[in-house]
Amino acid sequence: MELDPVLLSRIQFAFVVSFHAIFPVFTIGLASFIAFLETRGYRSGDPNYFRLSKFWIKVFAVVFGMGVVSGIVMSFQFGTNWSNFAQATANFMGPILSYEVVTAFFLEAAFLGILLFGRDRVPAGVYLFSAYMVAIGTFISSFWILSANSWMHTPAGVELQEGMYQVTSWSAAIFNPSLWYRFAHMGLASFLTGAFVVAAVSAWFLLHKREVDLNRKALSMSLWLILLIAPAQLVVGDLHGLNTLEHQPMKVAAMEGNWETSGNVPLLLFAWPDQEAQTNHLEVGIPGLASLILKHDVEGEVPGLMDVPREEQPPVAIVFWTFRLMVTIGLAMIAFAFIGLWLRRGDRYWRTPWFLKGLTWMGVTPFVAVLAGWFVTEIGRSPWIIQGQMTYAQGVTPSLTGGMALFTLVGYILVYAVVFAAGVYYLLRVFRAGLEDESGSADRDEVERAKRPFSAAHVSFDDAEGSK
Amino acid sequence: MEPFDLTLIWAGIIAFGIMMYVLMDGFDLGVGILFPFAPNEEARDVMMNSVAPVWDGNETWLVLGGAGLLAAFPLVYTILLPALYIGVFLMLAGLIFRGVAFEFRFKSNRSRHLWNIAFAGGSTLAAFAQGVVVGTYVQGIETEGGVYVGGAFDWLTPFTVLTGLGLVAGYALLGSTWTIMKTEGQIQAWARRITPYLLAAVLAVFVVISVWTPFVKEAVFERWFSTLHIIWILPVLALYCAWKIFRSVKQDSDGTPFIATMGLFLFTYLGLLASMWPYVVPPDITLYDAASAWESQLFLLLGLLFVIPFVLVYTAWTYWVFRGKVRPGEGYH
Repeated sequence: MELDPVLLSRIQFAFVVSFHAIFPVFTIGLASFIAFLETRGYRSGDPNYFRLSKFWIKVFAVVFGMGVVSGIVMSFQFGTNWSNFAQATANFMGPILSYEVVTAFFLEAAFLGILLFGRDRVPAGVYLFSAYMVAIGTFISSFWILSANSWMHTPAGVELQEGMYQVTSWSAAIFNPSLWYRFAHMGLASFLTGAFVVAAVSAWFLLHKREVDLNRKALSMSLWLILLIAPAQLVVGDLHGLNTLEHQPMKVAAMEGNWETSGNVPLLLFAWPDQEAQTNHLEVGIPGLASLILKHDVEGEVPGLMDVPREEQPPVAIVFWTFRLMVTIGLAMIAFAFIGLWLRRGDRYWRTPWFLKGLTWMGVTPFVAVLAGWFVTEIGRSPWIIQGQMTYAQGVTPSLTGGMALFTLVGYILVYAVVFAAGVYYLLRVFRAGLEDESGSADRDEVERAKRPFSAAHVSFDDAEGSK
Repeated sequence: MEPFDLTLIWAGIIAFGIMMYVLMDGFDLGVGILFPFAPNEEARDVMMNSVAPVWDGNETWLVLGGAGLLAAFPLVYTILLPALYIGVFLMLAGLIFRGVAFEFRFKSNRSRHLWNIAFAGGSTLAAFAQGVVVGTYVQGIETEGGVYVGGAFDWLTPFTVLTGLGLVAGYALLGSTWTIMKTEGQIQAWARRITPYLLAAVLAVFVVISVWTPFVKEAVFERWFSTLHIIWILPVLALYCAWKIFRSVKQDSDGTPFIATMGLFLFTYLGLLASMWPYVVPPDITLYDAASAWESQLFLLLGLLFVIPFVLVYTAWTYWVFRGKVRPGEGYH
């Protein structure tokens, strides 16, 4: 079998970017949570907020560190595997991606250091300000990345001259038509991720009767946040879908598993899309609901995949199923939000074991949902790397062979397996050490004032020689 | 629409960024390269402690360089990276392993020896790969219409292996002189002992490459032997620095060997730039061929003008905070 460098490059990019994305998506939400805790603590003077904040800052430090390490790889991917794409889009992508790096750089240089190490060294107000700046910085960083990504879905503000895009309007290119939908959808996803991880860890502590008062507080806060955001995400997701329908109808057709353009299209709960035969098997659907959702009219016409030639259709089954996976998780989140609300009657939400166990398991679902959502939007764009203008095959590095791509793909998987295993293992140790472990907040001598994320967490990686 | 030459400014910024990266990440990679040869585990602790507060700041220059190159000289980015495809992967893998080792070594007990291997191996691999990049660059890259058309292993030649080994030795020299500056007692004595050998290795490679390059590349020969005599000052200054290292190591000076090593790197680097100018992807592509649109260069420059001074001040401040000798058992766990 001939190794296809395009397919292998796509898999590699999907792998390294998925691996990278799970860290920032968590830190963006967590940074805001920390800023919130610091605000409450600052206003009320209640030391409990600071204790919670200190624990979550330790977690933040480790996750941020993993994000930085995996981010280094990302800045080279466009050149190594997608050099034609990089060359054609450099006038826009170059500055935008650089601004992301510069923002992260700036953020790390200034305020992260204070947040991680400066609690006892700067006035309380300055510390609070740093917490806000870190939270805002994570959003600015994601803004640039999402702008670059959105431009690939809805290119604007550029003109193709001699094989290179020239920017004719920076504002049109940066604030391209899908940016704000994506930004809102992603921002809420980050909040949900942060909230569910906090809820899961707090629930786990409560199940083990550790620091009950504090963790009840954290659980309560995260449940209120989820109650607010999980339903809002449904609305924003719907709006984003309508925007996609306008600009990328084939992606929506794949999400719905709809082959022929028609009205009264059912919402498929189950189906086995068959790209060969250009049809679905084993369809189970709710009549007219897809039309109703997308066109707000049961008779509304929904585009079908057969509007375009076979080679311009995205791979339907993956888009169809990852979309359902994302939506299912979203609905489960909403369910947990309302169960939590209901359990507040009689103050039972923090001492109902099945609910706490369920929440603990829900801790991983936001990551799955986020990745599933990215799979939908990215795979749904194919065969286009820039919607309607450049295909993956045109964007790939011409000199790249299948063998080279396979070598690095396997290489990245091996490297990341080691790094990820060590990172997650360590993070679980930080969780297990819990809020009782106050070593991170004790006063440190000067050499400890390193501006490195991980050093804010003082939990040991393994047990001492001979113990256990 | 082009009131001033932004391409030249950007060339300066990128050249400066690369120099910053090489000097700063150079010594902490060097400490990693020397790790297996350190006299004992306590020495390894101290050596790692001496670079722990600053290494990740050093590496951010690499990320900024990568992104800046795409923005200002996209053609360099989109030719160099495909040409060095496997090499870039090896460098990144090395950097990742050593970065993670930094974080976990101090927090581990039973698994410490594994993190030692990851740190030393990753550092050496990354240094070698970077040396290969330099060699490939000097050697020239096969392009057609602005696209790399060579094979997967064009970067792997006797010449690039030599430059790879040369940079490993060079970074090790930066690492050993850094160790002289930052430590005392037994560790410092060890670093003093090995420095002359590392210097000899660096000079050997330096001489071979200097003799080899002008005869391999006609343009470089021209540059050095007929047009620009003033540039002979650069190798002379580099050799003066080498002599200075040799002298100061013997004279029990703590800071001079490191400063002189930085000088050796700086003048060698400038000599390299002088040989290549104005080509950014030899043998065919110049600075101006590779540049992005004027508007794009300007758009990013505005942001960088704001951030770079800030980063420099912050970097200087970090080094100031962590100035002085690092002693066994001190901080950082």
